Amino acid sequence: MKHALLLLAFALALIVSVAAFAIDPLPFKDDAQRQRFQHLTSQLRCMVCQNESLDASNADLAKDLRHQIFEMMQQGKSDAQIKQYLVARYSDFVLYDPPLKASTVALWFAPPALVIVGGIVVFVLLRKRAKPAAQIATNEMGDDW
Amino acid sequence: MKVRLIPFAVFALLVVLFGVGIVWNEHHDPNYVPSPLIGKAAPAFDLPKLDDPAQRVRKADLLGKAYLINVFASWCFACGDEHPVLMEYANKFGVPLIGYDYKDKPVDAKAWLARHGNPYSQVITDESGATAIDFGVYGAPETFLVDARGVIRYKHIGPLTAEVIAQELEPAIRAAQGAMR
Repeated sequence: MKHALLLLAFALALIVSVAAFAIDPLPFKDDAQRQRFQHLTSQLRCMVCQNESLDASNADLAKDLRHQIFEMMQQGKSDAQIKQYLVARYSDFVLYDPPLKASTVALWFAPPALVIVGGIVVFVLLRKRAKPAAQIATNEMGDDW
Repeated sequence: MKVRLIPFAVFALLVVLFGVGIVWNEHHDPNYVPSPLIGKAAPAFDLPKLDDPAQRVRKADLLGKAYLINVFASWCFACGDEHPVLMEYANKFGVPLIGYDYKDKPVDAKAWLARHGNPYSQVITDESGATAIDFGVYGAPETFLVDARGVIRYKHIGPLTAEVIAQELEPAIRAAQGAMR
């Protein structure tokens, strides 16, 4: 039963992925180029529906940009050049992986910094608690949370 | 004693943080993307006129005077909201307002302008949307201010409102014109 369901889900997924290609077929030279294209477009944000990648989006602009990227690949442009082309027009926002620069320092370092600060706070608190363990019983404030 | 205050302090900090987040989001559109084109030369374009496709408008033709480009389309819902504002302000900007018909059939655009009125000094058409990619257009309506040297000075994404015009666009137009004198 479980296997049958899994198989069904797999078959459905296959049908859906085939349908997705049928919507917007591009004449790739070979499979490697198709894979490169999919890898690149999945790293780029669709500006119209901002939670979708260019690879997945059905927005009209995403379609135009996929064609543009395809054309640039035929012209022998590198992934970096294609990304540069898009960033020049739509800003870093098109990249799902934001570059490290002055305006993104907080984005990159705030989470690890918070983890470190939190770790220090927990460490200090635990040590404070461990030391006066003998006194806790006589603490009239009852600080034993 | 002091240790006891820590959870309260953390709670208070979170309240402040969330409060700032709420206030921030009320005044800032989280979908707003600053255009990398501001301060840079507007992309070269060469597009047909809506009323006479045989005539073309090039960026070079428009140099020497500041102008506004308003990206619109007959299919664009928010453009309908913006339209009355443009009708009211088109003559008050002090610079020409050029309509940029984006990914639209000329027939539909003509009908749309006939029905709602035409605030534009001229309308250029980009049926394929290819030139709009160079302008970084991703959602009509969008409005660009281009100065006399052909540099993009300001961009607004979404419908222009009286408030946006008074607070942002008009000062930007004055600055663009002032720099030329």
